[in-house]
Amino acid sequence: MVMEIVCPAGTPAALRAAVKAGAHTVYCGFADETNARNFPGLNFDRAEMREGIAFAHAQGSKVLIAINTFPRAGDEAIWHRAVSDAASSGADAVILADPGLLDYAARNHPELRRHLSVQAAAANADMINFYAETFGVKRVVLPRVLSVPEIAAINAETEVETEVFVFGGLCVMAEGRCSLSSYATGRSPNMNGVCSPASHVEYHDDDGVLDARLGGYTIHRVGKEDAAPYPTLCKGCFSAGDATGHLFEDPVSLNAEQLIPQLQKAGVTALKIEGRQRSRSYVAQVVRNFRAAVDALEAGQPMPEGMLARLSEGQAMTTGAYKKTWR
Amino acid sequence: MELTVGPNQFFWSAERWASFYDALASAPVDRVVLGELVCSKRLPFYQARIPDAVATLLEAGKQVSLTSLALVTLKRERKQAAELSDMGVEVEINDLTALTYLPENAPFSVGPLVNVYNEGTLSWLASRGAKRVCLPPELPLGSVSVLAKAGADLGVAIEVWGHGRVPLAISGRCYHARMHGRAKDNCQFACEDDADGLDVRTLEDQPFLTMNGVQTLSDTYACAVHQIDSLKEAGVTALRLSPQSNGFVEICQMYRDLLEGEKTADVIARDIQEMDENIRLSDGFLTGDRGVDWSGHSLVR
Repeated sequence: MVMEIVCPAGTPAALRAAVKAGAHTVYCGFADETNARNFPGLNFDRAEMREGIAFAHAQGSKVLIAINTFPRAGDEAIWHRAVSDAASSGADAVILADPGLLDYAARNHPELRRHLSVQAAAANADMINFYAETFGVKRVVLPRVLSVPEIAAINAETEVETEVFVFGGLCVMAEGRCSLSSYATGRSPNMNGVCSPASHVEYHDDDGVLDARLGGYTIHRVGKEDAAPYPTLCKGCFSAGDATGHLFEDPVSLNAEQLIPQLQKAGVTALKIEGRQRSRSYVAQVVRNFRAAVDALEAGQPMPEGMLARLSEGQAMTTGAYKKTWR
Repeated sequence: MELTVGPNQFFWSAERWASFYDALASAPVDRVVLGELVCSKRLPFYQARIPDAVATLLEAGKQVSLTSLALVTLKRERKQAAELSDMGVEVEINDLTALTYLPENAPFSVGPLVNVYNEGTLSWLASRGAKRVCLPPELPLGSVSVLAKAGADLGVAIEVWGHGRVPLAISGRCYHARMHGRAKDNCQFACEDDADGLDVRTLEDQPFLTMNGVQTLSDTYACAVHQIDSLKEAGVTALRLSPQSNGFVEICQMYRDLLEGEKTADVIARDIQEMDENIRLSDGFLTGDRGVDWSGHSLVR
């Protein structure tokens, strides 16, 4: 079976572009703190979501709704309403991370398909099977800490479908278990759906040296002529002991396109592209390339080579944890 | 309010590990959670000492729990997690994986690295047998209050991160090994020289984070002395103190003095900072704008 391409859509326009470009599936979120890309000007209101789903279904594509932050104590109703609205909008599945919310969805909307978000960081087969038995989870988005052999081993031990990230931003920490951003800025992926938020970024120009700061902490320093990477906390330049450099991760993004055949052999069902914050033209281009790759693979033809390098916006690319040397 | 000592997060020699728990037997704390939280490769070095430490602490009248790893991926780690309950000591799960191996309806504790952000998750864990939950350190006081109330209704004791460097992230990659140009599988235990983790500073030499193998912590030591009254009022039943290499028994005594009204919060905060001039404190996750914020008076910076 051809591998499923799962594409991001931050706006109705991006959803339509992704569907037209050949996305089998599009994932998106409501315009509030219930999803992990809660950025200004992004995401869908209820009417837009219904229309987007109708458009995708008419073209034979599916829509998944990410409700993958951790509901705030005392305000769970906001997240419960998101799940109910996803069900009534005709979404093909919801992507959830919080056990309490999974429990709510399984009890109140048993017919609504449930995917386990990468934010749940389910990194082994026992955990994945537990989510399947307890909450009826049908698919898991695997954390970006696993190598291809580890993914194959997981698939050998579970009936749950696996979806893996193949392109875009790369978390080096176990997802859903990182408070670096809220330590420095007070805003976190788990609680607010944001990481290293732009509202807390400052650029400071000091005599030809450009400092990029997050929450007052210098994360990068480059010459004025050089490209200044966005100050994502875990990809900053720091010093410890005698070492100075990108101690956690270089400012790289993930590109596992050349590993698609191995991922298929490892039993992976779906390939996920990160980037709900990206433009519709970016999304369309990435989708076309990945769709071409899986179609070529299905037809027994060689993978098209190096197709996406120019989309990385000058950033270096990595295959992340999929190749084990990364560890 | 009770005092719980969380599991040591750092890599200590078996000698240092054993003498730490020997000394802790005489500290004024109610509960001790021990075992390996961060890296499964560390455990074999002191595993044989665990039964003696457990026996000593039980004899001293402490409640004792055994922690799971924070991130379980390898076969060996799954096996370790599955064998946790064999010691006959209550298990504290710090990865939901550990829950999958517990005998049905066995009482257990939930550590701060499991995401318990709301009443729904708390209630689900209670239905599985959770008797005690230490909340994630990033939760603000407002959420703590809601959960403490829900915990009281469910019969789950609610604990809050009270003292020590705050665990901020866990990864599949070892940063100590990476810094030394080694892969995780051939780390040569690069983390063993840093008994409280390795300071990570910004390019402006500002202290920021702490590297501890696959774990990243805050540079600051959380210190909830100024929130004690609010936490008590909210119904929080215990404060968690996280081990550090120096003066830990004294620190336990300070928090006990605070709880008993023997000393004020300001005095305790000053005493902690005077013990070690390099210690910076924070309480921002509970009441500040950012986790790193500190509501009290600073002796350093």
